[in-house]
Amino acid sequence: MTETRQPIIGQSLTRLEDPPLVRGKGRFVADVSFPHQLHMRVVRSPLAHGRLLGIRIKAALALKGVHAIWTAQDIADIGPIDFREGKIEKLEPYRQPVLAQDYVRYVGEPVAVVFAEDAYVAEDAADLVELDIEELPVIVEADAPPGVFAPGLSTEAAIVTQGFGDVEGAFASAHAIISLDLQMGRHSGVPLETRGAIGLYDSARDVLELHGAAKVPHKNRESLARMLGRTTTTLHLFEYHVGGGFGIRGEIYPEDILVLVAALRLERPVKWIEDRREHLMCANQSRQQRHLISAAVDAQGRLLAIRNEFYHDQGAYPRTHALRIAETTCGILPGPYHLGAYSATGYYRLTNKTPCATYRAPGRYETNFVRERLLDAIAERLGMSRVDVRRINLIKKEEMPYARPLSVLEDDVSYDSGDYEGLLDQSLKAMDWDALQESLKARRAKGEIVGAGFALFIEKSGLGPTDGAHVNVDTDGVVEVLTGGASVGQGFETVVGQVCADILGADYRKVRVVHGRTERIEFGIGAHASRATVMTANAVAVAAAKVRAKALDMAAELMQAQPGDLDIANGLVFRRDAPHGPSMKLGAVASALRPMAKTRGAREPGLSADGWFESEHQVYPYGNQFAVVKIDPATGAIAIERYLIAYDIGKAINPMLVRGQILGGFAQGLGGAIYEEFLYDERGEPLSVSFADYLMPTLSETPDVEVLLTEDAPSPRNPLGIKGAGESGIAPVGAAIASAVEDALQCTGLVRQLPLTPQRVKAMLKELQSRRGLPA
Amino acid sequence: MSKTPLHFTLNGRAFDLEVEPRRTLIDVIRDDCGFTGTHAGCEHGVCGACTIIVNGETVRSCLMFGFQAEGATIRTVESLSQGGPLHPLQEAFVEHHALQCGFCTPGFLMLAVGLLEENPDMDEAAMRDALSSNLCRCTGYENILKAVKDGAQRMKASHD
Ligand code: FES
Ligand code: FES
Repeated sequence: MTETRQPIIGQSLTRLEDPPLVRGKGRFVADVSFPHQLHMRVVRSPLAHGRLLGIRIKAALALKGVHAIWTAQDIADIGPIDFREGKIEKLEPYRQPVLAQDYVRYVGEPVAVVFAEDAYVAEDAADLVELDIEELPVIVEADAPPGVFAPGLSTEAAIVTQGFGDVEGAFASAHAIISLDLQMGRHSGVPLETRGAIGLYDSARDVLELHGAAKVPHKNRESLARMLGRTTTTLHLFEYHVGGGFGIRGEIYPEDILVLVAALRLERPVKWIEDRREHLMCANQSRQQRHLISAAVDAQGRLLAIRNEFYHDQGAYPRTHALRIAETTCGILPGPYHLGAYSATGYYRLTNKTPCATYRAPGRYETNFVRERLLDAIAERLGMSRVDVRRINLIKKEEMPYARPLSVLEDDVSYDSGDYEGLLDQSLKAMDWDALQESLKARRAKGEIVGAGFALFIEKSGLGPTDGAHVNVDTDGVVEVLTGGASVGQGFETVVGQVCADILGADYRKVRVVHGRTERIEFGIGAHASRATVMTANAVAVAAAKVRAKALDMAAELMQAQPGDLDIANGLVFRRDAPHGPSMKLGAVASALRPMAKTRGAREPGLSADGWFESEHQVYPYGNQFAVVKIDPATGAIAIERYLIAYDIGKAINPMLVRGQILGGFAQGLGGAIYEEFLYDERGEPLSVSFADYLMPTLSETPDVEVLLTEDAPSPRNPLGIKGAGESGIAPVGAAIASAVEDALQCTGLVRQLPLTPQRVKAMLKELQSRRGLPA
Repeated sequence: MSKTPLHFTLNGRAFDLEVEPRRTLIDVIRDDCGFTGTHAGCEHGVCGACTIIVNGETVRSCLMFGFQAEGATIRTVESLSQGGPLHPLQEAFVEHHALQCGFCTPGFLMLAVGLLEENPDMDEAAMRDALSSNLCRCTGYENILKAVKDGAQRMKASHD
């Protein structure tokens, strides 16, 4: 057999994850059951705000098969839900209790909980629990005057600020000042799998287990241990297949704590599976912000200063992420542009609606929309083209790395690499932009409502600081990669498997990747903020390189060669100068390194190694998106005629998967731009509690997308040069579509709110007609 | 609640059960029969994750009661390859990267199998239309459509 080393990194290999999933052999949390388990059902508040006067459980408790019913007083020793990054003094009093105590603050808030032998019975019993709630006035808009959260506490839980430079001076001397009032609607990840959790207590070993973890199992273990007063060694989290994460799945919610406490106290496994209505009322929502934004510009359109004031609708309680979205909103808003001075002030306000937290591209989907609307408005005011106003402001390739005195996720902003203008030019060329303008103009002259728009953006990913991995080759040559990462369906196993196989020289199909299991590995950063690829893959690369070195060293002795004469490919060690000659399987090398093997000599037993990767700063991928839309004046529907996504990934481990991430993110972004919105009535009653009311794009609504994937700017901040792909598809979709819609309507400043539902589009058409003095 | 007898054939196996009349077919299949490949994404008939084939017709198993399947022949995703080589559509889904989390996949596979068994020559417009009845939150659909188009060809080839 001839051996040569083929690169595996960079290949569009099919995924390691797929075979069981297409066979229906995946294992999602609802598929898992334990003997003697109880089923949990949560009784939820039917009112958005009220004083909880009493709960009657007698009738429910009498139902056959009901094991126990708890209210807040049954778990009085369990504190409210903690923040992921530890203590945040000023927000502490606002944390959500596991079960409502004296007040209820959103529809769906857990008030009591039923444990029964059967899920149907648990649901029957929950219906029989009677709540006595005195209704209180609600706050449903974050820009309404703040009210009272609890005696002595305002619903304005925090104000976040960031900024630099002389903003006042810049505004005073500006050639022009452009101001907009923009609103981003409330939408969220809405994975197709609802949440679920199973608590299990092994009293023989005194180990408490949470099955159905996701996203950040290790961090959640720390938080849960703190809340439950346990050591992390006796608390373990287990991740199964996860039916979509998108930032919202895998956070700690009241139900996770309830199944754990119940498993401990009732000494039986306790299973909870959310239904869709619950999900749409209770799982984290996101995005809702109103921005009052102004730019001071010079005569050439240069951004002298931006004032960014915004109302952040947090919903009823802070969630585990605390202030992060509001802070990111401040730190990332300037995007790829130079900016002389900047001030951001975010009012972090609690409302009587479902709590909010991070959803794929948090703080970026919002700010891309706001900033790019602002840029279009500047172009309009100064009579410049939308392209030129961006060109004059873009940070240049030669200026990299580019730091500015802002922070995102407590990390100082420093763009690592990029050629923003170069990528813009590539897209303009791909779109044949000038010709496109002409053809759209001609179509508009014939009465069609068509237009094109675009948005530029910067992403951020790979926040460290540190992640580790362990690589082990067994005596059959199977490579196990032990990580503290998490898989939310993004192809984590494949990406990590490719990196390991490439660097070690293993057969990619023989790599098994372990993730989401705290009992196997002590530390892990999980899967959030697109950091899995950057951090975990680089740690795996370090470990794989060590294993390779150890394998070469051992094999060299056995093959009577120098390590430098040997290479490894497809799990075989062979001589570089004699690829047809004798070779040795990695499994055999592992055998030679077993503890009792004489061949091992003084080497440490096992063909395995740990690897750690540390990063000082995040990495900043970038891109742009272009949309061509056509509006139907009769229905207000927006049809997307063409869509281009250009993105510089630095280095793609698996281009097929990157493309998949982009397309999937785009569809979600499209949802937030046109279809998806959590609506509430004036009493705080949620109106979007089924898939009939919360509309997500189907195949019919999702256009084909052209993807221009470049690797022009690998990150200098990690050896693999990678930057992360999870959020690039979604981040500027609202911005690009809004720009295209305004172009179609030939009126800048008309789009003030996302999503652009048919009703809103029709309202804009009407406004336009009255502005232009045409009959409605 | 009293239970009533229920008999059907699921993935080639005869089942002889006693279930409460209010139990949905998806719960019977998943919990009483142990075939957990069929997923519940909404339980109100919109997402299609629970799509299976009953007596040759694709149905949403969350919208049926178990007892309505009395005497039926049922196929779920587990029937497609039964541990052997992948079904042509399963292969096409893998090769076209038509799944990420895989939660919607069994529903899409069974929907497509049902459609193509009935009309192997379905054109793209009809496919688009039919596949729009199921939701996927991860892939953006483009690859699902590609996979079904390619899978249709593979299914025909495997019949020749
Ligand atoms: S679970 Fe049946 S259609 Fe969604
Ligand atoms: S692959 Fe996740 S919902 Fe379709």
